[in-house]
Amino acid sequence: MEGILTAAEWEALGLSLRVALVAVLADLPFAFAAGLLLARCRFPGKPLVDGLVHLPLVLPPVALGYLLLVSFGTRAPLGAFLLNTFGMRFVFSWTGAALASAILTFPFQVRAIRLSLEAETPGLAEAAETLGAGFWDRLVSLHLPLAAPGILAGAVTAFAACLGEFGAIITFVSNIPGETRTIPLAIYTAIQTPGGEQAAARLAALSIVLALAGLILADWVSRRMRAFVGQ
Amino acid sequence: MTNGVALRCSQGAFQLDCAFGFGDTPCVTALFGSSGAGKSTIIHAIAGLLRPQSGRIVLGGETLFDSERGIFVSARDRRIGVVFQDVRLFPHLHVRGNLLYGWRRSATRNSAAAFDAVVALLGLAALLERRPQTLSGGERSRVALGRALLMNPRALLLDEPLAALDAPRKAEILPYLERLVHETKIPMLYVSHALDEVARLADRMVVLDGGKVLAEGSLFDVTARLDLFTGAHPIPGAILEAVVARHDSAHGLTELALGGESLVVPSIARAPGSKVRVRIDADDVMLALERPVAVSANNILSATIAAIRADGANADVQLSLGEARLIARITSRSLERLALRPGMAVFALIKSVTVGGREPG
Repeated sequence: MEGILTAAEWEALGLSLRVALVAVLADLPFAFAAGLLLARCRFPGKPLVDGLVHLPLVLPPVALGYLLLVSFGTRAPLGAFLLNTFGMRFVFSWTGAALASAILTFPFQVRAIRLSLEAETPGLAEAAETLGAGFWDRLVSLHLPLAAPGILAGAVTAFAACLGEFGAIITFVSNIPGETRTIPLAIYTAIQTPGGEQAAARLAALSIVLALAGLILADWVSRRMRAFVGQ
Repeated sequence: MTNGVALRCSQGAFQLDCAFGFGDTPCVTALFGSSGAGKSTIIHAIAGLLRPQSGRIVLGGETLFDSERGIFVSARDRRIGVVFQDVRLFPHLHVRGNLLYGWRRSATRNSAAAFDAVVALLGLAALLERRPQTLSGGERSRVALGRALLMNPRALLLDEPLAALDAPRKAEILPYLERLVHETKIPMLYVSHALDEVARLADRMVVLDGGKVLAEGSLFDVTARLDLFTGAHPIPGAILEAVVARHDSAHGLTELALGGESLVVPSIARAPGSKVRVRIDADDVMLALERPVAVSANNILSATIAAIRADGANADVQLSLGEARLIARITSRSLERLALRPGMAVFALIKSVTVGGREPG
């Protein structure tokens, strides 16, 4: 295995996977809440919330990276507060890369969860209510299992998208080997290095394999789960 | 008002303004009316899924809604079992999980024996490990009934539970419903627009039209009225209560006592003295001014004309036999030819009698 990739490339792969996993898991509760809000509730300003959720899809990642840098930089009020109170530092750290990836792939998860909540047979919640289930009870016993295919499919898609993040990461947390240099950043570095074409090609091929595997997995998981919950 | 509802609510152009009782002893009240009469709105309001503008809902002596006193018990806390028209089983749970959903959340925990009893009552034992989407329509309805029963409800609301089923499925589930009504002592509100179901299951009947109550009373009184069932809902015939008098085993017949007269029906397995419910279709009753001789009909009953309602080519004649009432549908021409008038004594020739349905309590 050592022969296929160099140590630095293995490091980039491990980092990419870690960043993507943390980003997806951190997003999950917020994405479920947003999906539930958009699928089930009517409230003034819903188009605005809908727009905000989808904003990362159309916002240039570099612009998001810049915004994160000015808010979470150690001299910015929010960044300073987090550093002094909790000892948390996002800037120039892999957690910052996870934060940027989480924000950028949030819409993928919200969309998938929202669609599966909207596909739920109407009236099931009413039936559960007459059987004695309150709001949180219905959430856990009914909506969550029925939305499970959407939740998983959204998570896998978001995971695959996280692996491709570049602009926001390089702007916000820079290109530090072993800390923030994920696969896309490693490809970029290889291209910039004289004689690095081979490394760039290897990493690009790896990206394709990962992305494809992610999409196939998403589809398979979604179909299996749909059969499981009977929808 | 011990048990009953009074509701006022408006939804767009539709106005609901109705009040009716549930009966004081546990019984089955049929809520009858065509679509758009407000039946579903009433079910939703009683279940607590909809809050009426004003009114009261009292069940089992407990006030669930009172707009004047600001009482509104949430659907979750009402303990009212609902069997929805579209069944609404949970697709991600097995039949067992569906049955136990309300059971687990019931404050008054049922025993395992109660679970087994309901499973046996509705014939669900073979279905427990199956998914709702693999069940037939009739099986789904039975599971929905079991799920509502197992939550240990103070009342059951059945919203056209047979409407989505074809005739064979209906015939399959009706006996289960009858057993359910007979063996559980839970007040039930049975919504339907099919008179034959109502005739088999209900004790009391509330007729709705355009959001208002047209009639309320015992099944026997309401179905004997001539003014309610016209147009889309013609009179099916009277529903009567008779007493088993004796059996004629040589001819395979049973003799019933009805308003001082005797009614002969194909043999039924009930002890003399027990009450049975009989339905006599209006189309199966012929009238004669004198007692006919040498006819094949077994049942010739003497009766008095109580009321007549002529409607185009047909005329409905209400007959009284003591306490009981019977309806005959004849042509307007026969009405003229025989010069029938209220108060006249006539003979009713009955071609066929349907015995059965819910045993009177």
